[in-house]
Amino acid sequence: MLSKEEIKLIEKEMAKFPVKSAASIESLKIVQDKQRWVSDKALAEVARILEMPVTELENVASFYNLIYRKPVGRHVIHLCESISCWVMGLEDILGYLNKKLGISYGETTEDDRFTLLPIQCLGDCDKAPAMMVDNDLYNNLTTEKIDDILQKYQ
Amino acid sequence: METPLTKNIIKGKTIDLKIYEKSGGYQGLRKAMSKNPEDITSIVKESGLKGRGGAGFNTGQKWSFVPMGKDAPKEKYLIANADEMEPGTFKDRLLLEGDPHQLIEGMIIASYAIQASNAFIFMRWTYQNSADQIRKAIAEAHEAGYLGRNILNTGFDLDIHLHVSAGRYICGEETALLNALEGKRAIPRSKPPFPQVSGLFGKPTIVNNVETLCNLPHIIDKGKEWYKSLSITDEGGTKLYGVSGRVKKPGCWELPLGTTMREIIEEHAGGMLDGYKFRGALPGGASTDFLIEEHMDTVMDYSSAMKAGSRLGTGTLVILDDRTCPVGFVHNLEKFFAHESCGWCTPCRDGLPWVEKVLNAIENGEGVEKDMKILEFHTSYLSPGHTYCALAPGAMEPLQSALKYFREDFMKHINEKRCPWRNNYA
Repeated sequence: MLSKEEIKLIEKEMAKFPVKSAASIESLKIVQDKQRWVSDKALAEVARILEMPVTELENVASFYNLIYRKPVGRHVIHLCESISCWVMGLEDILGYLNKKLGISYGETTEDDRFTLLPIQCLGDCDKAPAMMVDNDLYNNLTTEKIDDILQKYQ
Repeated sequence: METPLTKNIIKGKTIDLKIYEKSGGYQGLRKAMSKNPEDITSIVKESGLKGRGGAGFNTGQKWSFVPMGKDAPKEKYLIANADEMEPGTFKDRLLLEGDPHQLIEGMIIASYAIQASNAFIFMRWTYQNSADQIRKAIAEAHEAGYLGRNILNTGFDLDIHLHVSAGRYICGEETALLNALEGKRAIPRSKPPFPQVSGLFGKPTIVNNVETLCNLPHIIDKGKEWYKSLSITDEGGTKLYGVSGRVKKPGCWELPLGTTMREIIEEHAGGMLDGYKFRGALPGGASTDFLIEEHMDTVMDYSSAMKAGSRLGTGTLVILDDRTCPVGFVHNLEKFFAHESCGWCTPCRDGLPWVEKVLNAIENGEGVEKDMKILEFHTSYLSPGHTYCALAPGAMEPLQSALKYFREDFMKHINEKRCPWRNNYA
């Protein structure tokens, strides 16, 4: 269910555009900010507010990799998969994360603490390898550094 | 050597409005607004400024297709493409985080030239700090009267809106970007009509790269002749060049357009790390052909990079060294492109995953000689003209040049049934 606050924020976005459906991506982001992911129920409700068919909004939601249609953990790790990071040791970093957290891409740790996802070029190529945890960027990654970084996120 | 785009930028800091104005900021805008919009377009056209996002089209010429005058639509849009996502590219981030007012001023000038009623910044989600700095700068510019109603008492109105994207590489393609801004799947549109005539919500729209827009205040303030004199070759201006990979000092620098690849790698990036040798470079992101040792003295401008068989692209070089497997390198690129295909055109949707699988097989020692033919077939089948947008043709550029320059390495994988670089892993 959407809260009053979410609905208010969505309506504010809608007002910015000549057509309501133009606010679809912003609206999905609003829901995700509050609920961590976008459930079928939430999606249907957003579609009703935007006066869009549910399938059409699903069409949009499923296209963008930063709209989560499955529950994610309390923190999301986005590991940069792009070429500069690959050259600078991405495979070792990924192997270390897999082992340390016991999860592969697309999975969430049992304690619901971390979800691990790949992301395309973070634009920090001169300090590769790089990753984001939630909204924070980390670079020049080493396996030792990862231990310290992950500790900050409980 | 003048560095107009980065002269204010100090690492880890953001220039606020006061400092920006003190360093001559918003003077270009004042000059622009004392001229006719059409004159701005002419100056920019004659300055030779070309799109810095990769395609390299003359900026003023792009604007000149926008309908002007009394009969033109009242609603027109200017969009800054800040969806920097070309693998290996990290130049616009520097401008967004370091000197956001420079972009805002450039956007107001461009909006005035095409008489846009509204402007958008299309920013990728991962640039959180850039988004914060841009939000602050927009608020400051409003407060100071550079945005909003009746800007500098000229009667011109403009608002800039920030859209933070929800991901996908294809959003950087200008017509896919328009669909994303309209809240749709980011699928490229067929052209014509071109966005200059029918773009966002069917209205005339210009999409320009961040670095391109940042050049405008300086061109208007100091003139087209000054701008032309900045470059080494005759293409005008400076360029943000970058280097990533196994070099001593990876980074991003503003240099005269036409600096050689050798100078960029050896002087600015400090040369290769000890124990590593240069084998090749993608000169401007993942969608450009490899250049190799024999091209070291190529000047990195639009026409020379093309003559050498590649493209300037985004101007940020990704280095392939001798201890990195070229097949694995290209596999990483094609995996990216296959993943990021929007799925609209069949050759791209079906062809790229096929290429990726073949490369994966070769890298894992399961390739056969016929695979080389399959890869070659794709480089022609996915070349320009077979798809709506440039994603698939761009994806073929590093592959076709790798097949040319690193053929022996591919064959070694096939003949030895293993990756020679992965001995330790076997």
